[in-house]
Amino acid sequence: MSLRHLFKFNGGVKPVTHKSESTRNPIGKAPLSAELVIPLHQSIGGTPRPLVQAGQQVLKGQIIGAADGNVSAAVHASTSGRIKTVEMRRMPHSSGLSALCVVIEPDGEEAWIEARPIAWKSLPPDEVRDIVRDLGVVGLGGAVFPSHLKMKGSSKTPTRYLVINGAECEPFITCDDMQMRERADGIVAGAMIIRHMLQAEQVLVGIEDNKPEAVAAMQAAVSKSGVTGVEVIAVPTRYPAGGAKQLIRVLTGIEVPHGARSTDHGVQCFNTGTAFSVHEALDLGRPLISRIVTVAGNVERPRNFEVPFGTPMRDVIALAGAKPDSDRIIMGGPMMGFVMPGDEVPVVKATNCILVGSPSLFPPPPPEMPCIRCGECSKACPADLQPFELYWYSKSKIFGKAQEYHLFDCIECGCCSYVCPSSIPLVDYYRFAKSEIWAREAEKAASDAARERYEFRQLREQREEEEKAARLAAKMAARKTAEAENPDGGRPKPDMGDLDDEKKALIAAAMERAKAQKESGATTEGNKE
Amino acid sequence: MVNNSPFVVKASSVRSVMLRVLLALMPGVAAYVWFFGAAILVQLALASVTALAVEAFMLSLRKKPVMLFVTDGSALVTAWLIALSFPPIGPWWLVVIATLFAIALVKHLYGGLGQNPFNPAMGAFALMIVAFPQLMSQWSAPGITDLAVQLKLIFGLRELDAVTMATPLDALRTALHTGATSAAAAGQLPGAGLIAGKGWEWVSAGYLLGGLWLMQQRIISWHIPLAFLAALGAMAGIFQLVDASRFAGPLFHLFGGGAMLGAFFITTDPVSAATTPRGKLIYAALIGALTWVIRTFGAFPDGVAFSVLLLNICVPLIDMYTQPPVFGHKKK
Repeated sequence: MSLRHLFKFNGGVKPVTHKSESTRNPIGKAPLSAELVIPLHQSIGGTPRPLVQAGQQVLKGQIIGAADGNVSAAVHASTSGRIKTVEMRRMPHSSGLSALCVVIEPDGEEAWIEARPIAWKSLPPDEVRDIVRDLGVVGLGGAVFPSHLKMKGSSKTPTRYLVINGAECEPFITCDDMQMRERADGIVAGAMIIRHMLQAEQVLVGIEDNKPEAVAAMQAAVSKSGVTGVEVIAVPTRYPAGGAKQLIRVLTGIEVPHGARSTDHGVQCFNTGTAFSVHEALDLGRPLISRIVTVAGNVERPRNFEVPFGTPMRDVIALAGAKPDSDRIIMGGPMMGFVMPGDEVPVVKATNCILVGSPSLFPPPPPEMPCIRCGECSKACPADLQPFELYWYSKSKIFGKAQEYHLFDCIECGCCSYVCPSSIPLVDYYRFAKSEIWAREAEKAASDAARERYEFRQLREQREEEEKAARLAAKMAARKTAEAENPDGGRPKPDMGDLDDEKKALIAAAMERAKAQKESGATTEGNKE
Repeated sequence: MVNNSPFVVKASSVRSVMLRVLLALMPGVAAYVWFFGAAILVQLALASVTALAVEAFMLSLRKKPVMLFVTDGSALVTAWLIALSFPPIGPWWLVVIATLFAIALVKHLYGGLGQNPFNPAMGAFALMIVAFPQLMSQWSAPGITDLAVQLKLIFGLRELDAVTMATPLDALRTALHTGATSAAAAGQLPGAGLIAGKGWEWVSAGYLLGGLWLMQQRIISWHIPLAFLAALGAMAGIFQLVDASRFAGPLFHLFGGGAMLGAFFITTDPVSAATTPRGKLIYAALIGALTWVIRTFGAFPDGVAFSVLLLNICVPLIDMYTQPPVFGHKKK
C-alpha cells in the first residue's frame, strides 16, 4: 500500500455501509429478457437520433442511436434481434416521464457486429474521441457524462494527475468493488488509454479502505501490466469520498471549484467502470451495451449482475428475489438514489444499483421540526457550505441570497439531511430552490426574447413610418419644385377652393362606389371584404 | 414512504440534544444542592411546570402540534437556565413570571423553537433584574440549607434579610465603588471560598464538568466556551496586572457568578448564537469581555445576561462577515 500523503475534505458522514451482503458471490450474468427497452437518451447532452425502424434486424453492438452533436453519446443494441418498435416508454427517472426508446425482441443468437480493435495510439486524438463517442462510452459512476469530452487535456495546464475513482462510497453499492476484484486488468488497460489521451503524468487509483480485496486486485493488475506511474491508494472510508471533487482533493490536495473544468486545475477523474468501458471500446472495439449492477436492499440474495441495457428492472430484481414487504425501487444508493416510477423501467447506463426498499429498511423519518441552527449540517457538508442558511433562504424563496450562499456548489450528497436532528429534508429544499431558479432563468430568457422581438417590431414600424413620411415629404417637395418650375402649365395651383372641389369629386366617386356595392350586395348577401 | 433521498438518517433528534443538555447540568445542580440546600430544586420545579404549561398554551394558540413540541425539551432547558441563574430563595413568583415571559414573549412571539433572536432565559433575567433589582440580588449564604426555612422564604412566609448575603461578585463591585481593595473584599467576606466564593466555585466546577461532557458528545463545539472564558479571563488578568488591589483575578471571575453556566450552557444556545466557526469566536469573546466590563463597572451583580443579549443582536452581522470559504473557493 502506498504511503502517499493524503489530504482531507471537510465534513462527510459514516452511514452503515451494507456492502458485504452483495460481495459474497461473483458477478452473475443476467439472462436476456423477453424484450429490451433501450432509451435513446442515456447520457448528459443531446438525445441520439434513432437509426433503426420497427421490423429491422439488428446485431449485438449495432448502433441504434447516433450521437446528436458533440455533447452526446451513441446508443447500441444490447443483443441481436428484431426491432419491435421505436416508441415512447417510461424512463427510469422519478418524474415518471416517457422518452423515445428502441424496443428489441432478442433472437437469442447474441450475434455480434464485427468488432475491431482501434489503433488508439497511432490515430489522431480527435478521431479517437469521436470513436469513443460513437461507441457510447459515458461516465458509469452515475453522472453519465460523455467520456470523450473528458478525454481532452486543458490548453492552459498540463494534466498532472489522472484520478481513477474506485472509492464507491454510497452504502449498498458494490458494482465497482466487484469489477475491480474480477476485472482489474481491463480497468488498468482503460486507465492507460485515458492517460495517453490526457498525457497525464501520474495515475492515482483511489479506493475506500473498506475494500481491501479490490485494492489488492488493482495493485496486482498494475504490477502484472508493468506500467509505471500508477499508484493504487486506499483512502479513508467516509461518505462522500467517491464524489469526484472530494476524491481529487483527498488524493492530490487540489480543490476544483464549482463550474470549473478539472483539467484546468491539472487533474481529471474517471470512474473505474468507465475506464473498463474505454478499454473494451478501444482495445476490443466493443461499444457500451451492458454494465454491472448491484441488486441489494430488501432482497433475499443481494448480488452484482452484468446486465444488458434495456433489461426491465423487475427481471434483475427477480434474480435476487425481492422480499414480500418491499415497497419501492431505488436507482442508486440510499444517500443519492431516486425512486423509480415502476418496476418495468429499464436498466440504463446510469444504473449502478437497484436498491429495493421496505418500510423497515428505510423507515419514514420522524416529523420535521424547526431548524435550531445547531450547525450539524455545516459540520457534515463536504462542500463547506452553510446548509441551514441555504435552507432558510430556499424555504423563504429568497433565491438570490441562496445563490450568494453558493447554492449551486451543493452536490446534493445528502449528508446534511442525514445528520439533521430536526429531520429536515434539506436536500429537497435545495432541489426545489435550484429548479425554481432554473425555471425563473428560463422564464427570464423567454421574456427577454419576447421583449427583444417586441422592441424590434416597434423599431421596424417606426422606421417604416419614418420612411413613409420621408417618401411623402420627398414627393411633396418634388411636386412643389415642379410647380415652382412650371407655375402656369400642368395642374392648377392648389388652393382652398380647389381642394374643396377635389374633395367633392372624391366624395361623389365614393358614393357611387358604395351605391354599386350595395346593389351587388343585395344579390350576394354578406359578401364583405 | 420517503420519495427523495437520502433514505437513511442518523439517529438524532432535537429531543435527544435537549435532554443531554439537561443531563449536563446535573453536576452543577448537585453541587448547588450540596452547598445551598434543596431550595434550588423547588425553583427548578416551579420553572419547569410554568415552562411546560406556557409552552403548551402558546403552541395551541399558534395551532402547532402540542405534544411534539412540548416534549422536545427546549422549554425545560430554558426553565432550568432561568432557575439556575436566579437567587434560590427568591419568592416563587420571580421565576414563574420570568419563565412565562421567556417562553411566551421571547420565544413564541418571535416564532417559537429556532426562531428567537434572543436567548429566552437571558431575556427573562434582564427583565427581572431591571424590574426587581432588590429581590434579584438576595442570595442565600452557604450553610443555611434548612429546607423548611428556604420554603418559607420562597413562598413569602418569612423576610429575606436575616439569611441572605451578597454574592462574591456583588461584594467585589461594592468594594470597588467604595474604594476598598479587592483582596480585602474578596478575602474577608464571610462567604469567601478558595478562589471565588464558598460553594459557588464548586457549582461552577460542576457546570464545567457538564460542559466538557457536552463537548465530548459533540453537542457544543469548543469555540464558544473557550473564547468566552479566554476573553473574560484575559480582561481580568490584564486589569489585575494593572492594579491588583482594585481588580480581582481571572480565577475569581471564571469561577464566580454565572461564568461557567454562561460559557457552556447560555452562550452556546445554538438558536441565538453565531453559527460560523470564526463568528462563534468573535461572538463569545465579545460576550466575555463585556461581561467583565459590566461586572466591574456596571450596576448589576452579573454581566452575562446583558452581554449575551447585546451580542444576540449582533449575530446576523457577525455571521454575514464570517462565512467560511466554500470548497474550491478558498484563497491559496
